[in-house]
Amino acid sequence: MSTATAGAHDGPPESGVNYLNASYGIKSWLLTTDHKRIGLLYLVSVTFMFLVGGLAAVVMRLHLVEPQGALLEPETYNKFFTMHGIIMVFFFTIPAVPATLGNFLIPIMIGARDVAFPKLNLLSWYVFIVGAIITLGAILSGGVDTGWTFYPPYSSLYSQSHVAAVAIGVFITGFSSILTGLNFIVTIHKMRAPGMTWFRMPLFIWASYATSLIAVLGTPVVAITIVLLGLERLLHVGIFDPAVGGDPLLFQHMFWFYSHPAVYIMILPPMGVVSELITAFSRKRVFGYSFVAMSSLAIAVISFVVWGHHMFVTGQSIYAGLVFSVLSFMVAIPSAIKIFNWTATLYKGSISYEAPMLYAMGFIGLFTMGGLTGLFLAALATDVHLNGTYFIVAHFHYVMVGGAVIAYLGGIHFWWPKITGRLYPERWARLAALLVFVGFNLTFFPQFLMGYMGMPRRYAVYPAEFQVLNVLSSAGASVLGVGYFIPLIYLIWSLRYGKPAGPNPWGAKGLEWTIASPPPTENFLTPPVVEEAYNYSGTGGSHD
Amino acid sequence: MGLIQSGFNCMGVAWATIPFQPPAASSIAEGIDKLYLFLTGITLFFTVLVFSIVFYFMVKYRRREEHERPAETRTYLALELTWTIVPSLICVVIFVWSASLYVQNSRPPAASMEMFVIGKQWMWHIQHPEGPREINALHVPVGVPVKLTMTSQDVIHDFYIPAFRVKKDALPGRYTSLWFQATQTGTFHFFCAQYCGTSHSEMIGWVYVMSPSDYAAWLAAGEKTDSMAQQGARLFDHLGCGSCHVAEGNGRGPSLAGVYGKPEKLQSGETRVVDEGLIRQAIMVPNSVQLPNYAPIMPTYQGQVNEEQVLQLVAYVKSLGSQERKNGK
Amino acid sequence: MTEAAAHGAHPPGFAHQFEDMQQQREAGNLGMWVFLVTEILFFGGMFTAYIVYRLLHYESFVTGSHLLEVKFGATNTYVLICSSLTMALAIRSAQTGKRKGQIIFWLILTMIFGALFLGLKFTFEWRHDYIEHIVPGFGFQYRPEWGSLGPGVQMFMCFYFFMTGMHAVHMIVGLGILTVLVIMTARNKFSPGYYAPLEISGLYWHFVDIVWIFLFALLYLIGGRY
Repeated sequence: MSTATAGAHDGPPESGVNYLNASYGIKSWLLTTDHKRIGLLYLVSVTFMFLVGGLAAVVMRLHLVEPQGALLEPETYNKFFTMHGIIMVFFFTIPAVPATLGNFLIPIMIGARDVAFPKLNLLSWYVFIVGAIITLGAILSGGVDTGWTFYPPYSSLYSQSHVAAVAIGVFITGFSSILTGLNFIVTIHKMRAPGMTWFRMPLFIWASYATSLIAVLGTPVVAITIVLLGLERLLHVGIFDPAVGGDPLLFQHMFWFYSHPAVYIMILPPMGVVSELITAFSRKRVFGYSFVAMSSLAIAVISFVVWGHHMFVTGQSIYAGLVFSVLSFMVAIPSAIKIFNWTATLYKGSISYEAPMLYAMGFIGLFTMGGLTGLFLAALATDVHLNGTYFIVAHFHYVMVGGAVIAYLGGIHFWWPKITGRLYPERWARLAALLVFVGFNLTFFPQFLMGYMGMPRRYAVYPAEFQVLNVLSSAGASVLGVGYFIPLIYLIWSLRYGKPAGPNPWGAKGLEWTIASPPPTENFLTPPVVEEAYNYSGTGGSHD
Repeated sequence: MGLIQSGFNCMGVAWATIPFQPPAASSIAEGIDKLYLFLTGITLFFTVLVFSIVFYFMVKYRRREEHERPAETRTYLALELTWTIVPSLICVVIFVWSASLYVQNSRPPAASMEMFVIGKQWMWHIQHPEGPREINALHVPVGVPVKLTMTSQDVIHDFYIPAFRVKKDALPGRYTSLWFQATQTGTFHFFCAQYCGTSHSEMIGWVYVMSPSDYAAWLAAGEKTDSMAQQGARLFDHLGCGSCHVAEGNGRGPSLAGVYGKPEKLQSGETRVVDEGLIRQAIMVPNSVQLPNYAPIMPTYQGQVNEEQVLQLVAYVKSLGSQERKNGK
Repeated sequence: MTEAAAHGAHPPGFAHQFEDMQQQREAGNLGMWVFLVTEILFFGGMFTAYIVYRLLHYESFVTGSHLLEVKFGATNTYVLICSSLTMALAIRSAQTGKRKGQIIFWLILTMIFGALFLGLKFTFEWRHDYIEHIVPGFGFQYRPEWGSLGPGVQMFMCFYFFMTGMHAVHMIVGLGILTVLVIMTARNKFSPGYYAPLEISGLYWHFVDIVWIFLFALLYLIGGRY
């Protein structure tokens, strides 16, 4: 990452005052404006949401073991997949990396004392919590059965469930995302330490910057769309209702204008994490740094013009289909560039196999698979067959779980020593990484086949010919569940019993590794001055 | 591998029972399967390539001693350009291939047999022009192109026949269409592929592909009903449409004889071809397709006719057009 | 800006995370601009939906537009432009180090114009619409002369109330911000060296005005009235 001349050795010993022990009590956490503490508040909140969303997935997979459904009434099943989707998309994957690792790392990585607007940062968390409470409250008091996509007229006129309450919850949470994005953009523009030029920034910062741009530009549109939907539902005025001249497809256009870029909100920060992991564990600056950095921006820009590929089978015009298809292929190229550059980084590196690196390797493979299966869906002719089937489900879980979640786990392990000052148990972590990888593939690979066979998604009961694949998938899910559960236990265990980490357990470069673990409240005791980035081969800097 | 294998045996499942490919029973299925196979090849090739390179490097360049310092990463522009351009070219190939298939597959042949589909929570209504109706079943003859004109009575549904590789949304308030030509007789599933509420997963049925003679026998065997156009004609009289839409063209509304398929210039200045969608719009929101030279006096029939009846009226208007053309020749 | 007290050595209004006032000011400005970009997208979503439906239901939207009273819209446009001027004058007074009474005078005048706008909107325009039964969801009645265009007219009115309502919400937020600014000015928080909150709030106020200009044009004026 980058080397600081000043401030390289200013970390106080482990016994010193740090952001965790600077003050005590629940109030000191709930009223904190320290970006590191806010990052931890998010870590706890999104982990909780992940457990709730994961529970829904467990119930669904159990239910689908039998064609007639093993557990639930169709109505309840519909509520479970909706809950899984809404929680995992809006309350876990979108905030996961930016709001936890991003909050913790962005100011430190660019050599700042905090984000530009610390109070706004705390407000974002409260907004997130309010949105989450409303959504969970609506789910507990009966739930919602529209799918996370809220398509009208089903959602606006026909559904008998708590659509409006959940829509309000999602709407409010959107503002958390906007405010965090705004904060990061200003922080990255204005708060960089002397010498931290744009092209010396860690790639995680580039990825976060591109993500923030998408969040700031896209989220307001989905916010207004959800308000229009709520208005139609509450006041029974026609906006998307075709009976009074409305166009339900307009909702889909506006929804996907945000929600396709939102896929990149979910995957760009994990890509940034992977760039950091690969450099640290192969001790090499990322191959083609500027290409990797610029590909993040390219993705951010192109992602806004590909939404129509969600609508190839809605009867949109052939010409619109052709244009959206071309653009969708274009957005694949920057991702391909990243994959190849990461792979090339390993060449002549000095590679070690700690758990974060295992996650990064898993990410490269699974994201390659997830990205390439996206081509089936950008291609018009095959999309017609695969749209709305389990192929889609498998594809986006390869990107969102095989990509985002695995990189998030890798990032949490990598920076855990920095965040907590403790090392996690390495063997357990490797075992968990392996289980997650195997369990994930067992769960989702059969779903590609299911989709090609023609099994539609969101089916509570299904024809018997799909049972074999469904049983395989459910079996994989149990392995995946165990894989998720192990880190939860040993990470909590390590808070008390883990070995003290020291400032730089990995021998990694970057400003965050020049300060103590855990860092002091103001991050840097003397302001750092940056002279070069990712210097792994030179003489500058040392590692412990 | 052995573990997985024995796992399967425990479950009493042999490899052979894992389905890999759905039946391919329409004229376009083979083309799509070829593209699918090509894409699968590309996916496997690159996934295996990336995985093997990563593994090779991880073994070959593993850290041998703690204080190793690898050489500085250099930038190779040629390499960057290669892996930008090669994937782009592959994408161009896929795009051209898939787009040409798609365009080809979107246009129903002129001589298609027509059928009508109405989705509603939670069943599929199918209407044959000759009169027979079906629920969650679709009888078609083999080897004949069939065009389905679809709409929905409530929420968005999606008509999906995996064996034919066709799928299209059925939207409320408008018509969409899809076509296929079955290539083998048999029964195949069709599904609703757009989530539509509680019993979405039960909104499924069977396509019965029959030989043309069997199909004719099936049509004849059913309950004797009037054709859609005849039912439409009765409805036309019943609603009193004929009091304004006088066939000779001297009524308060335009004559409908021969309008189907013709371009009409609207009062707003727009010129639109009279198709199923326009006729539907004229029944539901007549003022939005106001013709010049006529007073805007036609009331809306929204709420007075259901989607099935609208389709019958449309069939009737279309039948007027074809009679006209027959008479003209 | 409560840190000011804790950091006695720093200039007033200085927040600890910044290096100097210059950086703080630039960050504040950039933050507000980014926020305004999100606002543009927020209103942009509505404008897009409005324009799509206008193209789909041209006749209905023209009919709907004719239900609005241009005189109300025009008066309000004038009122808002005046408020923008007084807002700019308030900032100017702070920048050039005028007495705090003068800054407060301009701020209060801005608030009066803002309140006048909302007053006209609610008590005249919307009340008038309610009596005419053209408020969707609240006793909306189709008129016979609309024929089958009725649902389209209702949709126009939906968008009219939704867009101007969202704008009114922004105005109310603006009035709240102005109240805070008046209090801050009264407590001598601002000086020619530090008036960033005034400047940033000014950006917001002007933005809300500009949105109104677009709304006025899109809802009242276009549609072949003249």
